[in-house]
Amino acid sequence: MTTVERAGTASAAVGTPVLEVHDLSVSFTTEGGTVSAVDRVSLDLASGEIVGMVGESGCGKSVTAMSIAGLLPDSARVSGSVRLEGTELVGARESVLRRVRGKEIAYIFQEPMTSLNPVLTVGRQIGEVLQVHERMSKRAARARAVELLSLVGIPSAGKRVDNYPHQLSGGMRQRVMIAMAVACGPKVLVADEPTTALDVTVQAGILQVLRDLRDRLGTTILIITHDLGVIADIADRVVVMYAGRVVERAPVTDLFAHPYHRYTAGLLAASPTPGKHAGTERLQEIPGLVPVLSTQPDACTFADRCPAADEQCLDSAPALQLVRTGSAVPVTGHLAACWHPCPSPRTQPQETTA
Amino acid sequence: MTPQPNALELEDLVMHFGPVRAVDGVSLTIPKGRVTALVGESGSGKSTVGRCVVRLEKPTAGVVRIAGIDVTQLTRRQLRRHRSDVSIVFQDPAGSLDPRMLVGEIVAEPLRLSGKRITRRDREARVAEELGRVGLRAEVARRYPHELSGGQRQRVSIARALISEPKLLIADEPTSALDVSVQASVLNLLADLQRDIGFACLFITHDLSAVEYLADDIAVMYLGQLVEKGPRERVFTRPAHPYTQALLAAAPVADPVRQRQRQPVLLGDDLPSALDPPSGCRFRTRCPLAFDRCATEVPAQVEFAGGMAACHLVQPDGTRPDVRAADPSEVLS
Repeated sequence: MTTVERAGTASAAVGTPVLEVHDLSVSFTTEGGTVSAVDRVSLDLASGEIVGMVGESGCGKSVTAMSIAGLLPDSARVSGSVRLEGTELVGARESVLRRVRGKEIAYIFQEPMTSLNPVLTVGRQIGEVLQVHERMSKRAARARAVELLSLVGIPSAGKRVDNYPHQLSGGMRQRVMIAMAVACGPKVLVADEPTTALDVTVQAGILQVLRDLRDRLGTTILIITHDLGVIADIADRVVVMYAGRVVERAPVTDLFAHPYHRYTAGLLAASPTPGKHAGTERLQEIPGLVPVLSTQPDACTFADRCPAADEQCLDSAPALQLVRTGSAVPVTGHLAACWHPCPSPRTQPQETTA
Repeated sequence: MTPQPNALELEDLVMHFGPVRAVDGVSLTIPKGRVTALVGESGSGKSTVGRCVVRLEKPTAGVVRIAGIDVTQLTRRQLRRHRSDVSIVFQDPAGSLDPRMLVGEIVAEPLRLSGKRITRRDREARVAEELGRVGLRAEVARRYPHELSGGQRQRVSIARALISEPKLLIADEPTSALDVSVQASVLNLLADLQRDIGFACLFITHDLSAVEYLADDIAVMYLGQLVEKGPRERVFTRPAHPYTQALLAAAPVADPVRQRQRQPVLLGDDLPSALDPPSGCRFRTRCPLAFDRCATEVPAQVEFAGGMAACHLVQPDGTRPDVRAADPSEVLS
């Protein structure tokens, strides 16, 4: 693990879409009635790309991620389309989904301790994946497990393979989770808050592992986080979610240099960043609360917290589309769902390589 | 007795839980009305320091002096008289508010426990005033915690902590469980209240960026010990200890252009255990700059113009090492 050069905003390996999500909606029936968690979400992942999905708790980012490979409980009503290299996954038979999960689409979650089996060595747990999906022998699976552990930067992997989860630190456990997730060489890796439970000095190493996987194996990654710093560090493109909808989608440098949606702009201004607010006394706040939605209204869900909202915002929901402000030429791939996007760049637009 | 005692003085505070050396000799002074951020990662012992200060734990050794009074030796009864001098706000507002109590009762509880006689009417007025101060409407007093949002609940915790007009507030990760947009408003609120009321504050956090505007001074903890202390400005711009440098370098900046130009500092992620801390310098197993002496000799707390750092490579004239100069491959191999 010596790679220290950082990937640029766009990787050379970025190609055709591997995963296409179109108009995905998810609702849950609960005792208190129906809850709409995800509303007509569309996004795509190009081959070898790292896409960051950012939003606050309850915005639907995890539900979106879990619905991709059909991990949601039966109480979830899913509509729309999720295509993995052309194969439709929404409504697909369980046998199809089982083949896809683990082998084509793999997941890592926030808490490595609860996702690992405490009574099996990490070698057995990684080996099991290979024995089931790749029909490897026990012996070959163990040898491959050692390789995978060193791939994710675990020192003396030959010894660590016989450790139980409790013998490893939090960062090491998350590396084991990543090793297990990439064991079958998945096309898409979905990482749901992979570093949230970890310390920052450990987080830096985990993000480096994810970047290495993309650079070395060409793995396509969807990383879900609430942390704009993580997005700034690792993502090529960003999807911003609010109250179940995608409100903005853009290449990472464009999004940070010029957020169009008022929510994105508010989120950027509210996040404490060393040096950024030097000299200013206060952080910017976003007034109000995230709405709890039973049904998705035909209105902008951010309207009641938005400084620029007017009647139009309450009358109809803005579509996610290319943004044009004034005479400016729209930036390729920069979409926002806002009737009144932020007018002038907060800073001069950066030269983009995307 | 000096006329203006420090809000908090810790002298060689030690807290061992059986064989676990959670806090191992921490000395720290917070002057009246100042804010010190105690920064460290999980397992560093920072929360235990806070719990010792409010006497949720009885320290194994050392002195905790609040407003000039050593509280480590007080009996339960004596302690009660000094309880109102110090309050604590916890990380998880859902877990630290009794779900069966009304918000009004929760906020008023410190008044009740202080033993001072106060009429119901006065008490209700004080609760309403305190709720107003933290930006909540007086009606909230008749609600239960579960009816409130996370940010509102943390405001209730702050109101409860401040109603007894403490000289010292311990804030233990008060915003870590909150969303970014809510976090900003709670940090602003704490900063405003601190400025208006002037209480001293020990702000415990793992997140350096959260304390940039709040803290006057910063103390950095690693495996039960302080590795660096100093005024905020100096610690942010010229961190002396390799661990502080790594901590600052590892926290990603929410700006892709800047973030991708930064040179990463990667530490090994096998954190040593507080059961059996490394010999010599406790950070040496993860330190990119460690050399022979670090394993054999405990580094002295070197005082220099901008504070203190416990590292063999820091000199009293302020000379400090640069963790970026190390080859990261050596650290991870």
